[in-house]
Amino acid sequence: MGGLTEEIRLPETGAVVRLTPEHKRIISLIEEGTRVVDLGCGEGDLLLALKVLKGVRGEGIELSEACIQACVAKGLFSVHHGDLDEGLADYPDKSVDYVVSTNTIQVLHRPMVLIREMARVGKKCIVSFPNFGHWPARLQLALRGHMPKTPNLPYEWYETLNIHLTTIHDFRDFCRKAGLNVLREIPLRISAPGKSTEVRFLPNLRADTAIFVLEDAMPPAN
Amino acid sequence: MAEEGSVGIVETKYLTFAAPPNEMTLECGRTLGPITLAYETYGELNDARDNAILVVHALSGDAHAAGYHHPRDKHPGWWDIMIGAGRALDTRKYFIICSNIVGGCQGSTGPSSIDPRTGRPYGLSFPMVTIRDWVDTQKVLIDHLGITRLLCVMGGSTGGMQVLQWAVSYPDMVRLAIPIATTSRLSPQAIAFNEVGRMAIQSDPNWRDGDYYGKTLPRRGLAIARMIGHITYLSDRSMHQKFGRKLQDKSAYGYNFRTDFQVESYLRYKGDHFVNRFDANSYLYITKAMDYFDLTQANGNLEGAFAGVKAKFLIISFSSDWLFPTYMSKETASALRRAHAYVISTEIQTDYGHDAFLLESDQLSSLISNFLSQGMKQK
Repeated sequence: MGGLTEEIRLPETGAVVRLTPEHKRIISLIEEGTRVVDLGCGEGDLLLALKVLKGVRGEGIELSEACIQACVAKGLFSVHHGDLDEGLADYPDKSVDYVVSTNTIQVLHRPMVLIREMARVGKKCIVSFPNFGHWPARLQLALRGHMPKTPNLPYEWYETLNIHLTTIHDFRDFCRKAGLNVLREIPLRISAPGKSTEVRFLPNLRADTAIFVLEDAMPPAN
Repeated sequence: MAEEGSVGIVETKYLTFAAPPNEMTLECGRTLGPITLAYETYGELNDARDNAILVVHALSGDAHAAGYHHPRDKHPGWWDIMIGAGRALDTRKYFIICSNIVGGCQGSTGPSSIDPRTGRPYGLSFPMVTIRDWVDTQKVLIDHLGITRLLCVMGGSTGGMQVLQWAVSYPDMVRLAIPIATTSRLSPQAIAFNEVGRMAIQSDPNWRDGDYYGKTLPRRGLAIARMIGHITYLSDRSMHQKFGRKLQDKSAYGYNFRTDFQVESYLRYKGDHFVNRFDANSYLYITKAMDYFDLTQANGNLEGAFAGVKAKFLIISFSSDWLFPTYMSKETASALRRAHAYVISTEIQTDYGHDAFLLESDQLSSLISNFLSQGMKQK
């Protein structure tokens, strides 16, 4: 993913953030002035962009100490060093407008637990992930018999953190089982840094990345 | 001395207030006055008076946080690595105040001070002072310095408890808060270690119910208390690295009860060294103040205690700290987050245990320096 980020200079502060094409799509989905929690916020680029461009009150949760250092240096004031596999216990039900998780759900030990937590806490959830159904991945496994390595999935099987890879089809099923409604599916083909096109025809075969906008289908328990 | 960035020669200053009949009423209900507070300052207060940082110290610290008292001083102040030109607390940008605590023995009023009513040292007649009382007296100092709002209050361990208390007691005066390796309520384990330390002092025959001034001091008891403390400030791994099983000045076991191992020698040295600069009664009072510290007490829960805070927080813990483990910082961070405060919380990976906040660390320095400069930009 690193090679597909684009450096963008933000207005006013002049700070430079590194955004992926999916980040840019997600920024366009989020309304001004909302409260957003970014799960696995990394070095805080998306949070800072949302703060400056959309006046969002953002918070991040991140496992890496080095990433937290970077967030502090960016002037972000709400970032927690935490493990997403432990859930989102500090957040009351529906207390934030958007819970965002970019390129993270596939590294978690218990994606089902987290997606339920996201749905509980957020009025809406935005999840992005690499699509394992993308044709180069299929071909490598089907024809050559190798674990796929693609620009989106660049790691050797023994080094990857991606322990729960999924396809767009499977993710749709997963959301239904988790009790979430899919409000929007945005399958993407990322061609160059900062550039992505929405894939309308055969998305599960032709999209390398997918963004889902979700909401809780379950009525809040009283 | 005079290495690059050092604040150089500094002097401790003193503020005396609450003279009778205007004594300060303490949390325990008793009154105290007059009260003297020792403090030092480094750097310059700017015209806007918005660059002041209050540094508060841990159990055995003092007002001397940086620089040297005279040119032949061997050791600089206790947080010299952090304070100076170009250091995390950059004296070219910030005005730094380090305040001592009431009940201590390093220039501020404490049990070894003379009680003006009797003309003799207070001893155990000194009233119990709490961390809230420490903060209330520091507030008098900050008012005296003409500062209405501190850019930041920061400190480690017991200093961190003062930071949290500051943010709760005086929310309008604290813009940024950096509690390091600390907790919102002292754990039973930490109370237990404090109690063993106090028992060591109180069972020293020279302690005489605290009435030992001008007589033989309870050196043994205080030294043992300090030895116990030091064990809790290190980690298993840092002890392995620092001492291993290495022998002290010998190549074979002595098969007696004199010092064999380096770790024994280190603890004895630390204990003996401590009694030359610290008062045993102050040790009792300060550890008791720590024991009483529990921000949940007033409101029933931590979230309620933090309901009114306005500061932005940088909460730091250390992975090998078993006296104030990370879960305690997480508890504080969670409660602040639920109280809608801005919080950065992070755990620094280190083998140095609780004492890590006193040691040179790029991670700690850059976190603090970035947090301060970003916080200074925001009003």
